[in-house]
Amino acid sequence: MAVDTAVPPIVQMRDITIQFPGVLALDQVDFSLRPGEIHALMGENGAGKSTLIKALTGVYHIDSGTIEVAGARRVFDSTAAAQDAGISTVYQEVNLCANLSVGENVMLGHEPRRQGRIDWTAVHAEAQRHLKNLGLELDTRSVLSSHSIAIQQLVAISRAMVLDSKVLILDEPTSSLDRGEVEQLFAVMRELRESGVAILFVSHFLDQVYEVSDRITVLRDGGLVGEFLVADLPRDALVTKMIGREMTDLAEISEKSDRAIDRDGAPVLSASGIGRRGGVAPADVSVYKGEVIGFAGLLGSGRTELARLIYGADRADSGEMQIHGDNVKVHSPRQAMEHGIAFSSENRRDEGIIADLTVAENIVFGIQAQRGWTRRVKNGEQDAIVKDYIAALGVRPADPTMRAGNLSGGNQQKVLLARWLATAPELMVLDEPTRGIDVGAKADIQRKVAELSDKGLSVIFISSELEEVLRLAQRIVVMRDRHKIGELDSHDVDAAGLIDYIANNEAGSVAR
Amino acid sequence: MTKILKHRLFWPAAALVSLLAVNIIANQSFARITMRDGQLYGALIDILRQSAPLMLVALGMTLVIATRGIDLSVGAIMAVSGAVALTIIDSSPSPGSLGTVAVAVVVALLVSLVLGAWNGFLVSVLGIQPIIATLVLMLAGRGVALLITGGAITTVNSAPLKFIASGYLFILPFAFFISVAAIATVGLLERRTALGVLTEAVGINPEASRLAGVRARGIKWSAYVASGLLAGIAGVIYASNISAADANAAGFLIELYAILAVVLGGTSLMGGKFSIAGTVIGVLTVQTLGSTILFFGVPSAQSPVVFAAVVILVVLLQSDLVHRTAKRVWSQVRAEFTSSNQQDTEVAS
Repeated sequence: MAVDTAVPPIVQMRDITIQFPGVLALDQVDFSLRPGEIHALMGENGAGKSTLIKALTGVYHIDSGTIEVAGARRVFDSTAAAQDAGISTVYQEVNLCANLSVGENVMLGHEPRRQGRIDWTAVHAEAQRHLKNLGLELDTRSVLSSHSIAIQQLVAISRAMVLDSKVLILDEPTSSLDRGEVEQLFAVMRELRESGVAILFVSHFLDQVYEVSDRITVLRDGGLVGEFLVADLPRDALVTKMIGREMTDLAEISEKSDRAIDRDGAPVLSASGIGRRGGVAPADVSVYKGEVIGFAGLLGSGRTELARLIYGADRADSGEMQIHGDNVKVHSPRQAMEHGIAFSSENRRDEGIIADLTVAENIVFGIQAQRGWTRRVKNGEQDAIVKDYIAALGVRPADPTMRAGNLSGGNQQKVLLARWLATAPELMVLDEPTRGIDVGAKADIQRKVAELSDKGLSVIFISSELEEVLRLAQRIVVMRDRHKIGELDSHDVDAAGLIDYIANNEAGSVAR
Repeated sequence: MTKILKHRLFWPAAALVSLLAVNIIANQSFARITMRDGQLYGALIDILRQSAPLMLVALGMTLVIATRGIDLSVGAIMAVSGAVALTIIDSSPSPGSLGTVAVAVVVALLVSLVLGAWNGFLVSVLGIQPIIATLVLMLAGRGVALLITGGAITTVNSAPLKFIASGYLFILPFAFFISVAAIATVGLLERRTALGVLTEAVGINPEASRLAGVRARGIKWSAYVASGLLAGIAGVIYASNISAADANAAGFLIELYAILAVVLGGTSLMGGKFSIAGTVIGVLTVQTLGSTILFFGVPSAQSPVVFAAVVILVVLLQSDLVHRTAKRVWSQVRAEFTSSNQQDTEVAS
């Protein structure tokens, strides 16, 4: 759809600069948003997308530059101030009250009153009306948390409409939605566009950006690359602009390594019948030296649960484990580590990064834990290790003294990878190491995994992206409904075949 | 310059320096240090001597707070420690001998260590919330101390005991050397080994630390043991000061003053990053404030109010929000000043 450039922008940001300790997060960035358009903000992790959004919504104080909303210069010192000016944000993690009803959430703070008391009948009627405007049929008296994330996001959008927002910011709204839910969200977005709402859309999925957006602004390393009409910007050009180099990286790795795995002798790890009541049904897993085993299955299929048992993060209540053919007990991460197993959790923020420590301290943290408190990693040794890994994995910014919590998601993942590699493990369990990170970092991490396994590291690789699993793994353990339903050779199957297997094979059927 | 301003210890140190400055301006004799019989005397020396118990307790408290915990039992442990030491000396045939006092102190410290270990057990093994776990001993400890002393205030006359709190080594009070030794030991133990960074990690993100293979349980436990032991030493100093074991008065409310000192020193109650130097500054600030109130002759009935008012002031001085607001107001004032100046020049031309 053509955007009328004659319409004055509703949001005009000029020369926005934000300085964090040691990092120039945004460097004189211009951005404009017009009524009735869907505008995608693109860039790799750490490019400054979130920072720009937070500058607009009053979360961050801008060091220089101006923000105009509807022609008037504004300085927002809180999200409430931005909201009053008609700017609403719907985040990836829905920020509503999960324990209240749908209707209460939609109308919160704007409840119709009668004689000073809230008129609940009117609240729900009003909420129903707003939801219907977005094409949603919901019981407004149902508790919000009983609905899927997709519905919760649509409720959050309804709420933004109650606030009469002229600008709607959707930050990664689709990352946990299935295809049908994405369609529903897009229908709502198009509807709002018709009614003149300006929508700022952030997503890692290129397909979705091209499907729904009118215009794209690209950021890289805190600077503005440019603003483009979707029609004028082919995909490969967009990716090139985002990463600042040609996009051949992923193609390289896709040449699957046809290295033969030596399966004579004892595997590095062999688990037989390990399971946990309420977690995952007993399953067998074995990994040989230099082998990459993929765990495939839907979210919640038991992939993570099985990985956690192998690492001792949760205690298995059945089964046995052997390392190099010797029986071992792994009841804690500590014990797993002593047997040369490393585990990187899917939940970087809560189970990975120690946010308040520096990048350097986070990288040597695994070694330090291994050595115990008495043998500190000396400064010189730390500097050498950290320098090597920052360079090898391309952590950006390459500043070892930076607070790790200030890194973007992709770079935090690289730091975690570095932490584990530094401990020189024999088996590395990587749970969703590429989730929510950009193509460049994703390629870096995949390449590193391929390279390490060539050198003899064994890897268990868990990912929701089947192409990624197929590309890296030699064998694939398929999970469904907390059961291992089979094991496939990745040469014998493609993505479509794998999906079919996940969807159709019965648990317990023999597959090899 | 901005680097100094941004240093995490700048505001804590500024608070201490201004407090000292106020005293010296009000009365120059505050800064006077005199030498008598090869020993230094003066208000500042008194602060160093008297701050020893709080210093020890606050050091332990810093470690516990860094693990996201809190230790409310330190005052009670002081009481128990004093009671044990004095009871041993009192029942000995030679209370004045160095050997007796040495045995008494060692036993008292061992008991304190066990009490600290008990706290650590409740928190790190049984997983009881620190505030509840240490509340048990806070309430029960003084009862135990009273039981040991038989319900009375045990007084002794023992020169070696008296020396601990009131004696001089070279030209400075012996108690000051105990403080310095404790600061140095804790500082070296935390920063020369990896104990400090592991303690911080456990405080910042316990689950991530566990998954990284850190023995989080042991790290937490050690903090409570250290806190108990340090409180035990503080208890001995307190008992030495009055040559008596007073189960009710020993270390009364010291847990709160210690928490205050730790926070004034810039360590967050949320756990994680801690600063030994900050705690030292915090302790000296609290102690100086106490002395100031005496020095200014504030009636004892009103002194808590004055104390609280100054603490609020100091806390505000360190608040980020206040810094930001001050910065904004200042830049507005400056902007208006320059623009009105410009107008003046325009009018003039």
